[in-house]
Amino acid sequence: MTAGTVPPLVELAGVGKSYGPVRALSDVRLTVRAGEVACVLGDNGAGKSTLIKIITGLHRPDEGEFRVDGEPVRLSGPRAALGLGIAAVHQDLATVPLMPVWRNFFLGSELTRGRGPFQRLDIARMKRTADAELRGMGIVLDDLDQPVGSLSGGQRQSVAIARAVHFGARVLVLDEPTAALGVKQSGVVLKYIVAARERGLGVVFITHNPHHAYLVGDHFTVLRLGAVELSAARGAVSLEELITRMAGGAELAALRHELGQAAGGGAGAGPGEDGDDAGT
Amino acid sequence: MNRAAAPAGSDAPPAGSLGREGRARRLLARPETGVLIGALAVYVLFYAAAPAFRQLDSLSTVLYQSSTLGIVGLSVALLMIGGEFDLSAGVAVVSSALTASMVAFQLTLNVWTGVLVALVLSLAIGAFNGVMLVRTGLPSFLITLGTFLMLQGLNLALTKAITGTVATDSISDMEGFDQARNVFSATLTVGGTDVRITVLWWIGFACLATWVLLRTKYGNWIFAVGGGQESARAVGVPVAFVKISLFMLVGFTAWFVGMHQLFAFNTVQSGGGVGNELLYIAAAVIGGCLLTGGYGSVFGPVVGAFLFGMVSQGIVYADWDPDWFMFFLGAVLLLATLLNLSVRRRATAVRRTRGKAGRA
Repeated sequence: MTAGTVPPLVELAGVGKSYGPVRALSDVRLTVRAGEVACVLGDNGAGKSTLIKIITGLHRPDEGEFRVDGEPVRLSGPRAALGLGIAAVHQDLATVPLMPVWRNFFLGSELTRGRGPFQRLDIARMKRTADAELRGMGIVLDDLDQPVGSLSGGQRQSVAIARAVHFGARVLVLDEPTAALGVKQSGVVLKYIVAARERGLGVVFITHNPHHAYLVGDHFTVLRLGAVELSAARGAVSLEELITRMAGGAELAALRHELGQAAGGGAGAGPGEDGDDAGT
Repeated sequence: MNRAAAPAGSDAPPAGSLGREGRARRLLARPETGVLIGALAVYVLFYAAAPAFRQLDSLSTVLYQSSTLGIVGLSVALLMIGGEFDLSAGVAVVSSALTASMVAFQLTLNVWTGVLVALVLSLAIGAFNGVMLVRTGLPSFLITLGTFLMLQGLNLALTKAITGTVATDSISDMEGFDQARNVFSATLTVGGTDVRITVLWWIGFACLATWVLLRTKYGNWIFAVGGGQESARAVGVPVAFVKISLFMLVGFTAWFVGMHQLFAFNTVQSGGGVGNELLYIAAAVIGGCLLTGGYGSVFGPVVGAFLFGMVSQGIVYADWDPDWFMFFLGAVLLLATLLNLSVRRRATAVRRTRGKAGRA
């Protein structure tokens, strides 16, 4: 570390991972800095899940280096990742729907008072803290006792994000937070991603939707078949290019040519626009 | 802070929309509302139909009946909130009683030794169920069905092999018996009415369980492992510990009721207990616990067990043919479950509409 340069919060250098004979990732580079949103894009099977698992400590890379604050680390599990301030917010694993908001917020890290057998939940403090923390992220709920399942999809994700921030996350790893949401609800989540960035957190935003990524991203990494297809800062890439590269540039051109022949040349623009959705 | 506050404001429901109407709705949505209404209806029915039912002594008998069911029902309810079943609980009660009785009698020990050995065995059965569940990932229905059948066989086979009959020898003249009976099976006189001590234990256990469920970390974890096991794991809840300990809790209550039976009757029939496991589960479900886990209370199953006690005794007091008991029980179970369902559905439906209106 030299004076004057702040090392990135999280850095992957030449990271590779194989499951038996299957090569899931090879030579992946990724840098996450404080106050930046690093978008990771890719179709199904591009290696996004493997990347998440490495960043959040579920898997260890076979090759390359994983650095946190500039120091190489080998995480023993999600707990270790959390200890370093790397928190994952999964699409489905974020919350327990039947439990009240405040119980969800502190689940696994409950505040208590009293000692020994008389240790009990400090409900008033938990509600107060959850409310303040949620308001800090711009989420205003009039009833923290309502089950999380009664919130909208976007709010639910946001509760999970606010929780991660409260428990000392410096790097948020958001796994497809907008995948199951409509346009309006996706907008809600994107706002909270920006809010988290404004608070100085590093955000890894994993998505297969280039439109969402381009709205909030500072840096874009497109994965394709386990390798980096594109790595560019916001100023260096256009949305159109992002979409094309995600759908696999050359292959897409070939596909467009084929479809153009089949449909008499009229369907040229269609596959390009929908390339991200076609991969499901 | 201010910067972030602006975007989300539009998504939040209008402040203050949850007034008196909201409180009433939340009361309706509570897990025990349905069973309270049901219990009241059954009480009124027998109060009208059976003059004998109106006496205080009858209430005491009903409570006693309810308590032997309700004590195990408590732990089965907690387990159900935690997302699992225990079909072995019915015969485990008898296994425990048999163990205590035979260890004490055959080895001529103080009965407390038998009681302690039985406790260890009951906890071990629970731990076995829990560990099998956590290790294999099989549904608890299958695992505990296996344990249930094995225990049923063991109860009969070992009792016959050891005592030569299907029942254990009376231990009423053995050392420590009177003392143990005072703990597990005493009869107290409260205001001129005889009350069995199991009723007090039942109420005590229920208060403790409510406190644990609603006011402790462990209670929070029970809801979490039942309502979203993977989410719970992801935020660091020790899922395996919670599940195994819940099964051991069922073991504990089975032991307790087993000891009650032993010291109330001096001897134990080895073929008993079969079918009770379903009554425990039924009491929990009638009491508003969600069969799939993650939702429920302790108070609900207490009322559920009381409802069963009322039906079983009420039929006797009303001089109806006791052959109809099971039919009545089944009908009450179905009705209460339907009532629960409609109450909960109405409560959540209103909420859902409100949510939509708030968002639009």
